[in-house]
Amino acid sequence: MEVSIWIFLLLSVLKVIVVTVVLLMAVAYTVLLERKLVGRIQNRWGPTRVGPFGLWQPMADGLKLFLKEDILPTGVYRPLYILAPVIALSCGLITISVIPFGKQIYVKGVDLFQIADVNIGLLVILGITSIGVYGIALSGWSSNNKYSLLGALRASAQMISYELALGLSLVGVVLRTGSLRLRDIVNIQATHGLLSWNIFGGLQFVAFFVYLISAFAETNRTPFDLPEAESELTAGYHTEYSSMKFAMFFMAEYANMIMVGCVATVLFLGGWTSPFGDLLPEWGGVVVQALLPVFWFVVKVFCFLFLYVWVRGTLPRFRYDQLMRFGWRFLLPLSIANIIATSLWLAFRAT
Amino acid sequence: MYLILFLIFGALCVAGALNFLLQRHPINSAISLIVVMTSLAVLYLLLGAEFLAAAQVIVYSGAIMVLFTFVIMLLNAGEEERTHGSKAAYIVGFPGAAALLGILTYIFLKQRDHLGSAKIGGYLVTTHDLSSVLFRDLLLPFEVTSVLILVAILGAVALARKEH
Repeated sequence: MEVSIWIFLLLSVLKVIVVTVVLLMAVAYTVLLERKLVGRIQNRWGPTRVGPFGLWQPMADGLKLFLKEDILPTGVYRPLYILAPVIALSCGLITISVIPFGKQIYVKGVDLFQIADVNIGLLVILGITSIGVYGIALSGWSSNNKYSLLGALRASAQMISYELALGLSLVGVVLRTGSLRLRDIVNIQATHGLLSWNIFGGLQFVAFFVYLISAFAETNRTPFDLPEAESELTAGYHTEYSSMKFAMFFMAEYANMIMVGCVATVLFLGGWTSPFGDLLPEWGGVVVQALLPVFWFVVKVFCFLFLYVWVRGTLPRFRYDQLMRFGWRFLLPLSIANIIATSLWLAFRAT
Repeated sequence: MYLILFLIFGALCVAGALNFLLQRHPINSAISLIVVMTSLAVLYLLLGAEFLAAAQVIVYSGAIMVLFTFVIMLLNAGEEERTHGSKAAYIVGFPGAAALLGILTYIFLKQRDHLGSAKIGGYLVTTHDLSSVLFRDLLLPFEVTSVLILVAILGAVALARKEH
């Protein structure tokens, strides 16, 4: 093979490794962010002992979980019991592969700020989300424990129900862009800064709130954390898991949170574009100009995660019938109404 | 490259289908079916039908099979016992299946010129092309199919409704 192909392969592999490591670090530090913020909301400090401001806490937690005894209960169905956390974590992490987190800049034919530029990026994300349900469903079933099974049943019913509203809320964005490619979706929001983002200029704020609420339900977070409601189900679907297998579920939950933040940023909050549009002067060299979009992307995802934790710290849990009624009778009709309104508006503007 | 992928996922598909039949536990069968459907999605993708591949994963591997596993979990279905099967299945079933396969192969091979073809790793059908065929040329059949599905949903609701 030619030399250029080897360089291309090497750079691509390097890119994948860097993105994965950054993502895993982000997962670890989202846990710390949550503990710190919930601590402040509840008028306490959160972790402070390990390192300055408790910054080494995630490392200590990881080490602790890694060194714990891996218990395999006797009653479990072993192949699926081991497979389930793997499915959960890999579906949580793999979504990053289609997310564009910076401007399209090629170095030796390698797109620096996106792993794979797929025509049907949005559908790939929805597909991975729909496969992710199996991690939870199979873990609950294979644990051979009634609390786990109840948690898994709740989780699958909830995720199937809210997936509909979530998918339909994205249609408005696709209608505006006319493409399922995530780069196109970001590019159309890149013209006038804040004003051309889908949530404001695209008039998709209803869709954004439907997406926000369904995403909370999809990731099993408060106020929709019934699958792991500790007061009724011990710990729900991961009751029987310990050590690294438990850590994998834990990481999957936070990786899913970050992915939902990334998707919301790309679809509604203008992706890597600056909120000020062209108002900011182009300062710095080429490197600064290349890294600035990544900075905006990270800031937006961080704000989204902050919102996640804020909601967890303030809202009580839903009851199960309330959850189902809310999803089917309110969110689903609302997202369909949003599709109709957006289509009419686009048709009106086109004539 | 494409041929290797085709061989891998074709083999995976056939292996999953065989495993689906041979497993005794319903949940193992369900998982084999997921493997079959996902490998089919990859084969669609190799033929250039990217939207179909994504829809296959979202609808079949995602939604429908989740309902299957959900029902298996809810009923807590145990392991099935292996039986010798009915005689009718041996006498009629195997030759019937073989005959059907033979007829289908014959028709496909004979009408190959009229059916059109897609190359592995060839032209990519974009979602845009697909939607213009679906919503312009085939609008009526498409809408009639959606009405059919709506009727099926209404039927299910009518059957499941409690009498007051």
